[in-house]
Amino acid sequence: MSITIIKQGILDTVQDCGRYGYSAMGINPGGVMDPFAASVANFLAGNTNNEPVIELHFPAMQVLFHEPALISICGADFTSCIHEEPIPTWQPVMVNRNALLHFQKWRWGARAYLAIHGGFKMVKWLGSYSTNIKGKAGGYFGRPLAKDDLLHVNMEENGDGGFNPSCYLSARQYYRTLHWGVHEKNVYAEEGNFLIIPGPEFNWLDEASKYQLLHSTFSVAPHSDRMGYLLNGQSLHPSNHIEMISSGVDTGTIQLLPNGQLMILMADRQTTGGYPRIGNIIGAHLPKLAQLHSGAELRFQLTDIATAEQMLFSQMRNLRIIERSCHDHFNQLYAHN
Amino acid sequence: MNERTAIIELGNIIDQTLNNKVLAIQSWLTKHPFPGMKDLIPAYTSLTVLYDPFYINEAYSPEKGVFEFVKDKLLLACQPAVMEEASEPRTISIPVCYEPSLGYDLKLVAAAKNLRIEELIHLHCSATYRIYMLGFLPGFPYMGKVDERLVMPRKSVPRPEVEAGSVAIAGWQTGIYPVRSPGGWQVIGRTPFKLFDPFSEQPVVLSPGDNVRFFPISLAEFKSYENNQHVDNHH
Repeated sequence: MSITIIKQGILDTVQDCGRYGYSAMGINPGGVMDPFAASVANFLAGNTNNEPVIELHFPAMQVLFHEPALISICGADFTSCIHEEPIPTWQPVMVNRNALLHFQKWRWGARAYLAIHGGFKMVKWLGSYSTNIKGKAGGYFGRPLAKDDLLHVNMEENGDGGFNPSCYLSARQYYRTLHWGVHEKNVYAEEGNFLIIPGPEFNWLDEASKYQLLHSTFSVAPHSDRMGYLLNGQSLHPSNHIEMISSGVDTGTIQLLPNGQLMILMADRQTTGGYPRIGNIIGAHLPKLAQLHSGAELRFQLTDIATAEQMLFSQMRNLRIIERSCHDHFNQLYAHN
Repeated sequence: MNERTAIIELGNIIDQTLNNKVLAIQSWLTKHPFPGMKDLIPAYTSLTVLYDPFYINEAYSPEKGVFEFVKDKLLLACQPAVMEEASEPRTISIPVCYEPSLGYDLKLVAAAKNLRIEELIHLHCSATYRIYMLGFLPGFPYMGKVDERLVMPRKSVPRPEVEAGSVAIAGWQTGIYPVRSPGGWQVIGRTPFKLFDPFSEQPVVLSPGDNVRFFPISLAEFKSYENNQHVDNHH
């Protein structure tokens, strides 16, 4: 089983949960921007969330399926179509041989995830499938996907448990949707509202800046990308000029730039930074942060570690329920095979 | 820092003794990882620890909460016996071709600091630099301190493309770009020495704590080095 990229998208890369353990070498974790959507995409395709997925930006690539496959697309809504017909997102879809997947129109979000049953067949670099563009390694030859790239898909062993999507498709059908999916999307509720934990240099802000941070609206500046979101808005000021000594940063760290603007570090961030870390977006809000497009508005509210933990745990438990329920659905499907 | 990242901060001055302690804690935690530990980011004066709070909560449901659980584990790593652990630093000699065609800012820096190019090269090659941390790019070493006569601010507008191997200075620091990248440091030369090779057994050659010395080579030597990677390692 394989797929071919027919037309290149603006930035489509192979990603997984990230490459951890190499930050001391300056090698960042990378990985999917929206871990919720990427995990659900894998579960709906009958995978564990360790399989690599393709992270798509709009305008996204066109893909040709050489064999029948079970796929799912989650996250942003780019109006996924098989030939001219729109197919649902957050739902498993069987696609037939010679089906052409393309993305017609941007509707919501910034990053969509394509998962395929069995997972893409590739070699891990330093324990991960994520594409490290600067290091030219990981994912698909360490670079974004381009026209004519051929990606192979892992096939299951024949015999018990083997799953063959072609059994569910007639020769005339380009695709068939399975009639269940994930409708639980509280993760993206209150789109522009983000809880933050004060960063190590939060108290470097003067009082007026602290007030502005928590009471004014910011927006995502153009050219914000997988490395970071530059924010437009009120400029903030440190209370005095203390020289910052470079120190570790995280995805979701909000840095105060010398010109008073804010920068939120994202998946392709550096491992260390030399700007004051005034706050951190809580983990449970990273999925909705990943779905902000340029121009989207943000408002910040302070919270504490205990609240952030509880919110993250509830999101992770929710993901686990989704995983189990997908598993049950597929078992039923196999039983009727 | 947040619910998935803790920082051990040992001070706010750049100092080898302090940085040694950071590296000693990092090395101890690498050998004795706590459950749920994901990554360690050693820097000048701090160690940032990334962990998986959900895993810790599910596996241990710690009574005092996940943060306290992690804090206890980190305090174990911050015992004096761990922090005072001395490590034998390596000294690595790195060839640099100081040619204006490769060191784009060589003439500019020399002029700004009122130095002849030979004096600048001599100053950059006479010090032994310590690698305080790697960051910014895979394998980018932050080294110091350069002679005060070489202290230059970063470029006001970063160069959109700096070649791999570029040796540069900024403030009292010196560094090497391991891969091609945009960059704001003043580029004074280039090394044929490969600092980052993703598919070699050791993708990143330099480590925090290492000592680095530069020695000048000619353009002809640079080209022959580039063809056969050969670097002297003095332990």
